[in-house]
Amino acid sequence: MSGILAILEYGPAGWHKMSFEALAGALELGQATGAGVTACVLGHGVAAAAAEAAAPGAAAVVALEHEALAAYTADGYILALEPLIGELQPEWVVLPHTYQTRDFAPALAARFGRSLMADCTGFSLEGGTPFFERQLFQGKLSGRFVFETPGPNFVSFQAGAFRAARPAAGATPVTVRRPEIDPAQIRQKPEAPFREAAQAVDLSAAERIVAVGRGIQEEGNLELARQLAAALGAELAASRPICDNGWLPMDRQVGSSGQTVAPKLYLALGISGAIQHVVGMKGSGCIVAINRDPQAPIFEIADYAIVGDLFEVAPALIEELQRSSGA
Amino acid sequence: MKVLVAIKQVPARDVPVEPADGWIRESALSWEMNEPDAYALEAALRIREAAGGEVIAASAGPDRVHSVLREALAKGADRAIHVEAQGEAARGLDPVLNAALLEAAVREEQPDLVLAGLQSDDTGAGQTGVVLAARLGWPHATLVVAIEPAEGQVRVKRELEAGWFQYTTLPLPAVLTVQSGISRLRYATLMGIKRAKTKEIRRLAPLPAAASGGLRLAGLAAPRRARQTQFLEGSPAEQAAKLVEKLRFEARVL
Repeated sequence: MSGILAILEYGPAGWHKMSFEALAGALELGQATGAGVTACVLGHGVAAAAAEAAAPGAAAVVALEHEALAAYTADGYILALEPLIGELQPEWVVLPHTYQTRDFAPALAARFGRSLMADCTGFSLEGGTPFFERQLFQGKLSGRFVFETPGPNFVSFQAGAFRAARPAAGATPVTVRRPEIDPAQIRQKPEAPFREAAQAVDLSAAERIVAVGRGIQEEGNLELARQLAAALGAELAASRPICDNGWLPMDRQVGSSGQTVAPKLYLALGISGAIQHVVGMKGSGCIVAINRDPQAPIFEIADYAIVGDLFEVAPALIEELQRSSGA
Repeated sequence: MKVLVAIKQVPARDVPVEPADGWIRESALSWEMNEPDAYALEAALRIREAAGGEVIAASAGPDRVHSVLREALAKGADRAIHVEAQGEAARGLDPVLNAALLEAAVREEQPDLVLAGLQSDDTGAGQTGVVLAARLGWPHATLVVAIEPAEGQVRVKRELEAGWFQYTTLPLPAVLTVQSGISRLRYATLMGIKRAKTKEIRRLAPLPAAASGGLRLAGLAAPRRARQTQFLEGSPAEQAAKLVEKLRFEARVL
């Protein structure tokens, strides 16, 4: 067992931007442990893209090229990757924690009797052994995990865990391989991806955002958030549960399954700060959190924090904004 | 169609979670049904209402999981299975072990479809359903937002990233992990709660081969603070005044 295999995501729309963050994470892990990194890209017509994975410092690049991989399927990916991992015998297999990774990587790891260390935010070395970190209990606690099993062990890195390496053609030669895939073994029959409707609201362009979470308690209370947004000149957004309830349309959702935003001001009203929400807004300039639970993980990333009842704080805030703007 | 729903019991959302002795102080917690699993249960009940069949709720853990199984029965599940797990195995930290525990229920029942929430609100690994499929040798689909069962197969709508969706069809039996929000959750009715008391919760021992996938929790702590957070104290009016002043003159975002 030696080395690191970084499995990158390249699809019809090109590179997934998290691919090069995961590659950067793999390279850092490689530097820390003395392991060489092999980057792997799979699909149909990916040889040219694979060359771009060489420059950031990968020692080798493998392109798995097969027409049965043209459309993503979990079965197809596992059929292509399981023999490669068996042959290379890497100590670690590193992936970006994308929706696609979530679909196939747990099953791929299970083929080797391993659990995937999913949605990892980073690692640190102790006595030469990497300890991997991830959040638990909706971000209320952070856990450090270590693998008790010999390689291959599987890790997926969260969005933003590492600064992305830049894709560029490099000197490392790309080995193009044709995996043995019998298309009859692919049980998922995918249809073409589609978009439901054009996104009506582009939250990424907003300078200020007021986002509401479960703390708002009921649909009728959204009016309070609307008034606060108006007083701040902000767009209204929400965490997933609010949109799941149908209280706001899905295009107002910030987080891993919604939009990623980085406004100058992000005011989180009754949002606990689960990781799925935080990945969509942690790049904001100034973060304000108002929540009654002092342990809410949103406070870990806030610049200004108010522990209190939003139904008292928000009206006071609206009044203060109106008073001071009139003054 | 026979549908088995995998349900995890997790610490209640609004209760503080404290580290203790390498794990959390469980005695200080109250527990609830993992919300994504509640959506999986809802999807299963709707399949039965549309196409007939049976819904079986399954949960792995210590005896306390009976409360989420009773809740599932009260909402309309026909039967329930409790796969017994104690100590470290009951913590739900290792995805391969979680799936291995639930595998006992699936092997026993041989359903057409297994539904699970896409992730749990406690450990959030998002793997149990996928690993369960791999262990059974069944096909799977994740992030499912609509389910269309048919003869011998199921067509599902999957959520992709950035507002994209995709339909995919897979043969039965299969495992689906359900995205939150797939449909509105129902409440248990008084009649449902009454009926649940007479429904069966069967106990099963884990399969002998149920083992961990190699992840060991080495430490648990409060997360590192990413920013210098200023906590604004006082009455709501004082807090509001301080915040507006800070936003205007310190952060300069107003």
